Amino acid sequence: MIPRPKPERFRLRRTMMFMNAQKPGLIKDAYIYGCDSIMLDLEDAVAENQKDAARFSLYHALKSIDYGETEVIVRINGLDTPHWKEDIRVCVAGGADGIRIAKCESAQDVKAVEEHVAMAEEEFGVEKGRTLLMAALESPKGILNAYEICCASDRLFGVAISGGDFRKCMQTKFQPDGVDMLAARGHMLMAARAAGVQCFDTVFTNLDDQEGFEAEVRQNKAMGFDGKSLINPKQIRLVHQLFAPTEKEIIQAERIVRAYREQSAAGVGVFTVDGKMIDIAFIPGAERTLKLAKACGMYEGDLV
Amino acid sequence: MEILKPAAAGTLESSDAQVTVEPGENGVELSLTSSVMNQYGRQIRATVLETLERLGVAAARVTVVDKGALDCTIKARVECAVLRSCGQSEENIPWGGAIR
Repeated sequence: MIPRPKPERFRLRRTMMFMNAQKPGLIKDAYIYGCDSIMLDLEDAVAENQKDAARFSLYHALKSIDYGETEVIVRINGLDTPHWKEDIRVCVAGGADGIRIAKCESAQDVKAVEEHVAMAEEEFGVEKGRTLLMAALESPKGILNAYEICCASDRLFGVAISGGDFRKCMQTKFQPDGVDMLAARGHMLMAARAAGVQCFDTVFTNLDDQEGFEAEVRQNKAMGFDGKSLINPKQIRLVHQLFAPTEKEIIQAERIVRAYREQSAAGVGVFTVDGKMIDIAFIPGAERTLKLAKACGMYEGDLV
Repeated sequence: MEILKPAAAGTLESSDAQVTVEPGENGVELSLTSSVMNQYGRQIRATVLETLERLGVAAARVTVVDKGALDCTIKARVECAVLRSCGQSEENIPWGGAIR
């Protein structure tokens, strides 16, 4: 039995990789790839007549495999299926770090899952509040309700858009420039930021189109996403590379934070660093850059 | 648990095992084939028998075709096959109780 530390609500989640919970060959090695989180899937990857079998595999995988620093999330079946309640019981009993709610459309959906998670924590003697939640928004309704979803629970650490179902609802398909989901991504990001939770982009499914993948990851970063859902280990490295701050950004952030602390101690509110005006509004961004750099192993200072 | 009807769980893919249970009369009759029989046959047999005992299965014919599964997978497949046979694999599973 492998004890896992208490999950952190806000941690680094640049890469969240899907794994079929029904395939023992996949889940036993999941932690070696170095993604920040794995998402063991009980939903679409598992055939309807194997939902029960997948839970037994999942339970023993959670209990006997040491995933180390890798966060372990489980994607449960939608609330319109007969499976989700037992999915929650097995996640909590097995000690998963978090649950990804598929096809989430309202705050009510989050609260329904939260209620059953709390019941399961009680039933299995798991510390109350330990199990985190995230919501996958897969429909226009889910996107439009993003803000209420983001605010629905103290357990909820973030939201992710799910491109396949969303594009289907919108009667569009993948576009290389991302215009098909631009409004949805933007809306979800604003909702997540307004609520103070994280925000993750959808999977990129064409594994042969490396250029397209890179373009999408660059756009994700430019838009302000925290990370991305992945379907294959070979996608991990690029996301980590592109999401890492550059050397120049780190040096600049360090200067800004240092100067701000000196200046504000001396009673100065606005000042210049390398010819650019800096005031308190720049500090959270600079501190975030340093935190990310630290998490990526690129900054060893003590400012954050 | 009493094995009421034939049931199976698992696949023949690498790292998996296929477990079939059928009603039996003379205690537990286990037939095991494995791609790693020489190295792990004894351990797999022990895991299967322990799991059956924990589930309270006293009589059954059990067939295991192992393709190099980890212990945790063997357990999962045996449990699923037994609970399917009893029609109890879908909900209110005793996680952490008989299943552990």
